[in-house]
Amino acid sequence: MLTSHDWAAIVLTLKLAGLTTVILLILSLPLAWWLARSRSLAASVVGALATLPLVLPPTVLGFYLLVAMGEHGPLGWLTLKLGWGLLSFSFTGLVIASVIYSLPFAVHPLQQAFKAIGERPFEVAATLRASKLDAFFSVALPLARPGIITAAVMSFAHTVGEFGVVLMIGGNIPGRTRVVSVQIFDHVEALEYAQAHWLSGGMLLFSFIVLLTLYLLQRRNFRVI
Amino acid sequence: MSIHARFLLDHGDFCLDADFTLPGRGVSVLFGSSGSGKTSILRAIAGLEPAARGALEVNGVCWQDDEKAFFLPTHQRGLGMVFQEASLFAHLDVRRNLEYGFSRTPPQERRIGWDQAVEWMGIGHLLERRAQMLSGGERQRVAIARALLASPSLLLLDEPLTALDFRRKQEILPYLENLQRELDIPLIYVSHALEEVVRLADYLLLVEAGKVAAGGAPAEILSRLDLPAGFAEEAGTVIEARMEEIDTRDRLARLAFAGGELWAPLTPALESLPTGAPARIRIHARDVSIALSEHVDSSILNRFPAIIESSAPAEHPAHMLLRLSAAGTPIVARITRRSHEALGLRPGLQVWLQIKAVALV
Repeated sequence: MLTSHDWAAIVLTLKLAGLTTVILLILSLPLAWWLARSRSLAASVVGALATLPLVLPPTVLGFYLLVAMGEHGPLGWLTLKLGWGLLSFSFTGLVIASVIYSLPFAVHPLQQAFKAIGERPFEVAATLRASKLDAFFSVALPLARPGIITAAVMSFAHTVGEFGVVLMIGGNIPGRTRVVSVQIFDHVEALEYAQAHWLSGGMLLFSFIVLLTLYLLQRRNFRVI
Repeated sequence: MSIHARFLLDHGDFCLDADFTLPGRGVSVLFGSSGSGKTSILRAIAGLEPAARGALEVNGVCWQDDEKAFFLPTHQRGLGMVFQEASLFAHLDVRRNLEYGFSRTPPQERRIGWDQAVEWMGIGHLLERRAQMLSGGERQRVAIARALLASPSLLLLDEPLTALDFRRKQEILPYLENLQRELDIPLIYVSHALEEVVRLADYLLLVEAGKVAAGGAPAEILSRLDLPAGFAEEAGTVIEARMEEIDTRDRLARLAFAGGELWAPLTPALESLPTGAPARIRIHARDVSIALSEHVDSSILNRFPAIIESSAPAEHPAHMLLRLSAAGTPIVARITRRSHEALGLRPGLQVWLQIKAVALV
């Protein structure tokens, strides 16, 4: 059935997806809030930038990240200066790449959820003595809950499924950068179809369960009145 | 104690330029057609129109003064606001909606108790429900209670009855009147419904095309003939009267006002008034007719003398509006042009008014 290499890949994938999801939520909540409520030119530019990973081939994204993180790239220069070494072919590099790669999957549902709330609940909150920050936590976050759940699930699932970017900047180092999708690729290259079946079937089942859970959760959504 | 406001707001196609003073207690109604700017004024008072320039002082406290670049954010103004459509938080049940403002009010600033607000609005049985499970009228009552529980120093109501049907309106109006009696804080009420004005207003501010057209006691404003056409004709007259006696045999109530006495058919509301209690009476212009002498042989019970002050054209070319003064109480009458000429009516002439219908509002 599954080898120790397979299990290592599964654990690494879950770790990467979990960490990426947490970082993405922390980054995307304020970003999506700003994008949903600002009508400035800057918001449009940032909004387009945040959507870019959705349309770019993962290899393009991975290529630029590889260059940026490399010895002659700005990010590489910085990490070398700080004495952290290079990020390419490391787990940290994978996390950074995943965060960028999955950004639209977190930002978009959140942005839509915040937009759907409209202005009124915040005006009501202000007339009930709540400051803007207070209203963000006591009104915006609870009312955007369905969007937050969607963002978390989509970020996690999308990171689990990433392949091209990982291969470009992480390579294929067992236990460090070899995630399930790469492991499957290796199995197929080595004509180990039985192993590839187990992992692929597992991925298929996992993705289906994730999406099913999401749809079931969305069904119970309350409406904003 | 009063509210001074001066607002300038330019939305391109709509311009607000309002300068007014409202009494520091009682119910002030901002009345005007939709798009007249009355809601913008209310929102500017609440601090929800950041683009509105000007100054605002509420009972001695400055809330906005652009000359000093001062703007108190809404959540620090300690006001309450009820919006046109009930805007209850959908993620909270009724109890936690009520607690939202209550818990954010420092205990030493709480002037309205939990039980008091819940009882006034009659929502004790709704506390555990979710906001979606309430009817429109119930939602508005919860919204009003929620605003009250933030112990506001000024309560703003933006057409709180507009989204409700006639039955719900009738259901909620008594609660608003309750509020008017029980609260010692000023209420500013935006409305385009005359019925709400005559029932609730202690002070009336008329808003037209982004400007304040007139302001004063409802009896005075409603009877002015120089205000937008048809206004006085539709509004009629509001008289502040006093309950004098109840004639149980003939089922009539006798009400006294500065200009004389009025007999009104007994209604449950009238019957519940103790002697000496204030009663607000509405008389439609179409129910007032004019005679040069007292007709003692008439079937009409309500007759008293008045002096003609002014006249104006009515909606229909066959009609005219007359404004009269019954010992200082303004009354509007609608008569035909033909009668106006035949009787030789002119300002300064003393005539007898005959009033066909009198209704408590």
